[in-house]
Amino acid sequence: MEQLLILLIFLPVVGALVTAFTGNAAKHVALVFAVASLALTAVVAGQFIPDASTQFVVNLPWIQDLGIHFHAGIDGISLITVLLTNVLVPIIILASYQHNYKSPAGFFALILFMQAGLLVVFTAMDAFLFYIGWEAALIPIYFICAIWGGKDRIKVNMKFFVYTIAGSLFMLLGIIYLYLQNPAHNFDIQAFYQLHLDPVQQGWIFWSFFIAFAIKMPIFPFHTWQPDTYTEAPAAGTMLLSGIMLKMGIYGVIRWLLPIVPAGVQEWGNTVIVLSIIGIVYASLIAFKQKDAKRLIAYSSIAHVGLISAGIFALNTQGMQGAMIQMLSHGVNVIGLFFVLDIIFSRVKTNTIAELGGIAKSAPKLAIAFLIIVLGTVALPGTNGFIGEFLLLIGIYQYNIWAVVFAGLTVIFGAVYMFRLYQNIMLGKTNDLTAGFADIKGTEQIVLVIICTLIIVLGVYPKPILHLSEASVQQLLEQVNQKLTSVK
Amino acid sequence: MNIIITIVVTALAVLYAGLFKAKKALLPLTLVGLLISLAFAVTAWNSNTVYYGMMEMDNFAIAFSSLTILGTIFIFLLTQNYFAKDSENVAEYYTLILFALAGIVIMVSYTNMSMLFIGIEIMSVALYILAGIRKSNFASNEASLKYFLMGAFSTGFLLFGITLVYGATGSFSLHAINQYLVGNYQAVSPLFYPGVILIMVGLCFKIGAAPFHFWTPDVYEGAPSLITAFMSTVVKTAGFAAFLRLFAGTFAPLHDFWMPPLMAIVCITLFIGNVTALFQKNFKRMLAYSSISHAGYLLFSLVTLTANSANNVMVYAAAYTFASIIAFAVLILVKQKTGHDNFESFNGLGKRNPLVALALTIAMLSLAGIPLTAGFIGKYLMFLNVMNEYQIYLVAFAILNALVGFYYYLRVIVAMYFKEGAEVVLETPIQYKVVLILSVIITIFLGVYPTIILNLI
Repeated sequence: MEQLLILLIFLPVVGALVTAFTGNAAKHVALVFAVASLALTAVVAGQFIPDASTQFVVNLPWIQDLGIHFHAGIDGISLITVLLTNVLVPIIILASYQHNYKSPAGFFALILFMQAGLLVVFTAMDAFLFYIGWEAALIPIYFICAIWGGKDRIKVNMKFFVYTIAGSLFMLLGIIYLYLQNPAHNFDIQAFYQLHLDPVQQGWIFWSFFIAFAIKMPIFPFHTWQPDTYTEAPAAGTMLLSGIMLKMGIYGVIRWLLPIVPAGVQEWGNTVIVLSIIGIVYASLIAFKQKDAKRLIAYSSIAHVGLISAGIFALNTQGMQGAMIQMLSHGVNVIGLFFVLDIIFSRVKTNTIAELGGIAKSAPKLAIAFLIIVLGTVALPGTNGFIGEFLLLIGIYQYNIWAVVFAGLTVIFGAVYMFRLYQNIMLGKTNDLTAGFADIKGTEQIVLVIICTLIIVLGVYPKPILHLSEASVQQLLEQVNQKLTSVK
Repeated sequence: MNIIITIVVTALAVLYAGLFKAKKALLPLTLVGLLISLAFAVTAWNSNTVYYGMMEMDNFAIAFSSLTILGTIFIFLLTQNYFAKDSENVAEYYTLILFALAGIVIMVSYTNMSMLFIGIEIMSVALYILAGIRKSNFASNEASLKYFLMGAFSTGFLLFGITLVYGATGSFSLHAINQYLVGNYQAVSPLFYPGVILIMVGLCFKIGAAPFHFWTPDVYEGAPSLITAFMSTVVKTAGFAAFLRLFAGTFAPLHDFWMPPLMAIVCITLFIGNVTALFQKNFKRMLAYSSISHAGYLLFSLVTLTANSANNVMVYAAAYTFASIIAFAVLILVKQKTGHDNFESFNGLGKRNPLVALALTIAMLSLAGIPLTAGFIGKYLMFLNVMNEYQIYLVAFAILNALVGFYYYLRVIVAMYFKEGAEVVLETPIQYKVVLILSVIITIFLGVYPTIILNLI
């Protein structure tokens, strides 16, 4: 069993190394490795028993003198994020087929390398390993965005890099602190769960971790890097950042923050929910005013993540389960949206909303796909966005009725700006620019069909996914509550 | 002892070979000599030989000797045609570097204050000449003069300190001084305290810690790049080993007394090194300031003394040495081709020189302390060391400085990969490739699997 997880983590590394030397055939090689990873994930998901236990555990001594182990495993929560990563990476690679990037070998190798880093993050049961994965995922995306990005890429990505690494360094400080508190002197997550820290210590640890996670997600007011970075990044970079990377922050909160410092969460959770809700309203309002479609989606992503984070900090099963499924749905939807914008940009060289219009006339297939993705994003019942947002709102409702009133605005606002976006781009009068708009074909079609299928299937029948994580989520919440009562 | 003898004999042999115009034999001869001395060092492991109470080849000394010898070998591999365009008598350069190395081996193995002084002087005198070896170059002369004046000045501090300690204890022997401290802990002579401070100041001059760092940027910039590489890696490592031997060993009982001023030095060094490096337009000068900031991180090991302090310095020094050697090797290649060493001359390097650019990227990531490189393990150990006593503010301060560090180390990467440039193709001789590849392998290997050197000493 344990070989399976090692294979899962290192297959993308091997893929990256191979891809780096394949020159112009890189995209095919990368796709083969990504699909192989996906197949492997399917095997893992098939063998996974949906109870609360951690399965496929690998625990090898790594740097023993420092108490560092290569300790990884998959439970229900990890499995969702692993699925998310390994489903989306092949889609992202396929979505990059239409581009002729310079030095493609490097580009696709970096994507696979990042995939390995993400998988380490999502499976690590050792805090040091988690940190390594955290940074290992950042370096490739920095290079992807800064080499293949738009014209402001250097400045924007420097901000992104310094911002995120600042957060992660303080997280490292927190990890070292926990390590020193741990009598066993190791980084094992179970040992960290058992630590008895007083509320003041927990408050400090909470912030040292939370800032890292909040920057990654991003939560207001740590979001200032995000719109610029998304806008300047190449399409694949934006998809990686918004589809998968921001889930690192959400996953980190669930896995490392709640169970280790529950008293800190209890003390500061309200603050986080308030920040999240401010973020929802603020980002939605800004999204209204955006002239650039890519920026609009970037801001809408802040609003969606705000809802997820509020749901998690409500600390109940519905909120948490909603967060799990919404991570997956948001990943699929946002990738779909950015892909559609990328298709439009590659034809007419602009994403400015005012310059577009009437594309639906000449590109009906694109119009249908785009509509399905927009419906998923605005959480229409029957699409994947619905079940997640519904559960999240129930979770927040149980926490506080006023919170849900404001958090619910995300659904209304979201519907307004997303439909307006759709209307302005796809409907209305055709102008000179969009007159001869060619409809989707080839790989574009394949990618959009996959995404639309996922949106509908997950929306109609989300039970298997919810079932995967349910036991783990419940155990986690029990653990948190138990620890909270024992502190009192 | 046979390590030092081998190095000195090699130095003399090289000088004679130079006299008889055997130019082709110089480099092989030097490398063979260094490899033999490295072999002597490695085989002396765990032997703990003491030489008349003056030097002791304990594992600490052997580990640091090996590291400095290895670093020197790498630097010699980079001498390919480097000195030949400056002078007819290349043998002098080789001999002087070897003499400096002999001094360094003494500096890492002394057990007597007089040997510390002798070691530092043997090393320094050779370096004064090396810094100014481009006789007709104004900057090189300036570097030599500054280095000499500052070096002589700091040696004065060191000697005065040693004298005071001698006055208090009646001995030069580290063991006797330590015994005196342990025995008279309540009644240490008042002469002793200023002695310790003066020695600290003297050594801080040598390692380039702020506020005694003013010579560093000018000397590093003015000296020939290869000599700068030698000074900022091998010499710096030796300085730290000497520092550590004295303060972590002999003066350890007085830790409470000398720790606060040292902490102040650490903070100033980190701050000045990092912030000044941020504003440099010249790559070589940036490296000089970054070397100051690394001195700050290295001193962390003395802020909290633990059983691992020496080993942590060893790991950090190794990480720093190999990353810096890569940086200087690439700098030399770029300067040879473009004639400049400012950041702009690195523009667009990544396209045509994938190996060189990748090596420099890994070196910069290691210096910045990104995981999976040796530099991260080094920094991590240093942070862990001071966190042991929960000096969280110091670590938080260091983290802020590390952030500044990311910014200026990334500038080179930004220039190489993200900016458009003249697309020059560097001429990379085979020796350079060997050094680059070996250093990259060491950097990554120590970053991924550092277990082998974590409990060395």
